[in-house]
Amino acid sequence: MWMNKVKTTVIAGALCALAAPAMANTELTMFYPVAVGGALTKIVNGIIADFETANPDIDVNAIYAGNYNDARVKALAALQSGDPAQLSVMFSIDVHELMDLDAIVPFDDVVTTDEEKAWLGSFYPALMENGVVDGKTYGVPFQRSTIVMYYNKDLFREAGLDPEKPPTTWDELAEMGAALTKKNSDGNVEQWGAMIPSTAYPYWMFGALTKQQGQVLMNQDGNETYFNAPKVVDALNYWKDLGSKHGVMPEGTIEWGTLRQNFLEQKTAIMWHSTGNLTTVKKNAEFDFGVAMLPGGSALGSPTGGGNFYLFKDATDEERAASLKLVQFMTSPEQAALWSKETGYMGVSPAAYEVPELAEYVESFPPAAIARDQLQHATAELSTHQAGRVRKLLDDAIQSVLSGQSTSEEALNSAQKQADRILSRYR
Amino acid sequence: MQLSRQIQAWLLLLPALCLLVAFTHYPVVKTVARSFFGFGVQWEDAASLDNYRYLLEDEVLGQVLYNSFMYAAITVPVSIVLAIAMALWVNSKMRYKGVLRTAYFTPTILPMISVANIWLFFYSPEIGLLNKLLALVGHSGYNWLGDPSLSLYSLMAMTIWKEAGFFMIFYLAALQTIDTNLYHAAAIENASKWTVFRRITFPLLMPTTLFVLVNALLNAFKLVDHLFILTKGGPNNSSNLLLYYIFENAFSFFDTAYAAVLTVVLLVILVVLALLQFGVIEKRVHYR
Repeated sequence: MWMNKVKTTVIAGALCALAAPAMANTELTMFYPVAVGGALTKIVNGIIADFETANPDIDVNAIYAGNYNDARVKALAALQSGDPAQLSVMFSIDVHELMDLDAIVPFDDVVTTDEEKAWLGSFYPALMENGVVDGKTYGVPFQRSTIVMYYNKDLFREAGLDPEKPPTTWDELAEMGAALTKKNSDGNVEQWGAMIPSTAYPYWMFGALTKQQGQVLMNQDGNETYFNAPKVVDALNYWKDLGSKHGVMPEGTIEWGTLRQNFLEQKTAIMWHSTGNLTTVKKNAEFDFGVAMLPGGSALGSPTGGGNFYLFKDATDEERAASLKLVQFMTSPEQAALWSKETGYMGVSPAAYEVPELAEYVESFPPAAIARDQLQHATAELSTHQAGRVRKLLDDAIQSVLSGQSTSEEALNSAQKQADRILSRYR
Repeated sequence: MQLSRQIQAWLLLLPALCLLVAFTHYPVVKTVARSFFGFGVQWEDAASLDNYRYLLEDEVLGQVLYNSFMYAAITVPVSIVLAIAMALWVNSKMRYKGVLRTAYFTPTILPMISVANIWLFFYSPEIGLLNKLLALVGHSGYNWLGDPSLSLYSLMAMTIWKEAGFFMIFYLAALQTIDTNLYHAAAIENASKWTVFRRITFPLLMPTTLFVLVNALLNAFKLVDHLFILTKGGPNNSSNLLLYYIFENAFSFFDTAYAAVLTVVLLVILVVLALLQFGVIEKRVHYR
């Protein structure tokens, strides 16, 4: 064990020595997460290489850092170690916590020219909701998504449903789900009607259901939550009912990580998932599939999701200018169009959809525009102070209800009570 | 002369001591300090018991402690019994025992994270191996990781599968050091197989058992890699373990102060277990 520690120290020392002298160019370190799997790292590396070709005086060290949580941990650990990253892609909902830690600066303080200011205003407004606090922009949208409904058209046909008419309301989802649920001779389900994942990011899926009831989960300042509002309780009851009453979804929790595989193996006819999965599903589905907006309750709705660019406070002026250049490059219409086409994440600005490459792609493959079209019904993703803890309260409540441990009222009341206790300090 | 020998001794100890202090003792002291002086990731000037008070209010902690103890109480003895059984088997005279030994040892050499990723698909309700096997006999299967009454046991099963082969190696080595004359003597006395095991094999394996027990117990509290992949402690904390909960507090909630308090709790538990093991059980161990 001591030997290992010695080795680690020696190696770390050697790496530091190697890294130190090469300072002729402006060097940037950037962490970025991938939440949906697939070959996304390759695409990011490609964009970075293009940027370095266009800007030979800037070297970018882009580091893949796991999921959103890991990316934040790594970026903040780098910050504390004194060898910080200058910018990173992190969860759009980390903004309040990063501000509380005094780790980030708003883009408003960095943009100077009119052109740069215009760029800051060029994104879809719905994508800015999670990035703007007190009128200042801390997060610039990059890998952004909404939740969309993937459905298997072949299974729709088999069940005698119109494959061009996916469910548009909660009732239709339950009815069509029932028609799509198939049991074998033993009475065991071999094909489910629908699946909504409830691990990893249950609060995100739930944000869609509550928005469909016209209810948001928190205020813009991130210091108040509405977990036990009547419509929130209704939304959770509906989610639970899909499994326990309508029997179109398995009971208990549904794993986020394996859901796409379930859909690809036709074990479920419908899945709700991030639009970031679109290109992977397109490449791997051996059946005819469609993508639609989520069905509505009293309204349509989905939270936005995904990662924003943040600028860290601890950087020199040159580094900051170079960071801004990089962010501008990666969110430019051309790159956003390419990124959207390659991944399924949405083009972050209206201009991205006017780039011929993406315009033609959307023309030939209409599902690629669903996430964007849904933006007009979108709301911000759950984001508060002490976001991790508050999010977990809601996650635990959702999981306890879905697995039959408690009723929606009980679980949500308790979550709200604990959230109040945490957030009262920030009011 | 005497003094220079003293200095020499200390100099020889110094490298190891530096590492121990830097990587073990200093962090322990700082953790304890942070548990009193910390607030979130910040430090405060005055010591307070606020962080400890939250221990009592924390509704998740009770569940986490219960899970951790259940996890240890089941995985440790089952792994040990299985390890002994496997060791006895592959130690007997049979063909292809090399293949069998390798087969038993394979789970141990795989990294926990890869193992968890494989088991994630074993456990997956619709496409997973386990439910497909159950479907052959007409059973509708279980939601192994998604059902709160099953998730912890699913984790245990994987842990036992992974650990037992590792402990088998120690027992195998120990078995081969047992003097065969003892078995010949037992054969002359016409002792039953069970008596031979109870009176000869098992007592002579006791030092190994103590070693394995210490390791297994530590691992039960120390090893949570698989939670990151399989359940993330869910659903609703039903499979959350103490060390994972510490990680969540430190890195998901950025509440380093409370994570420090929980670490102190973990330290106390481990110290108590160590005292029990070396104080009570060691007296019963037969060393030659």
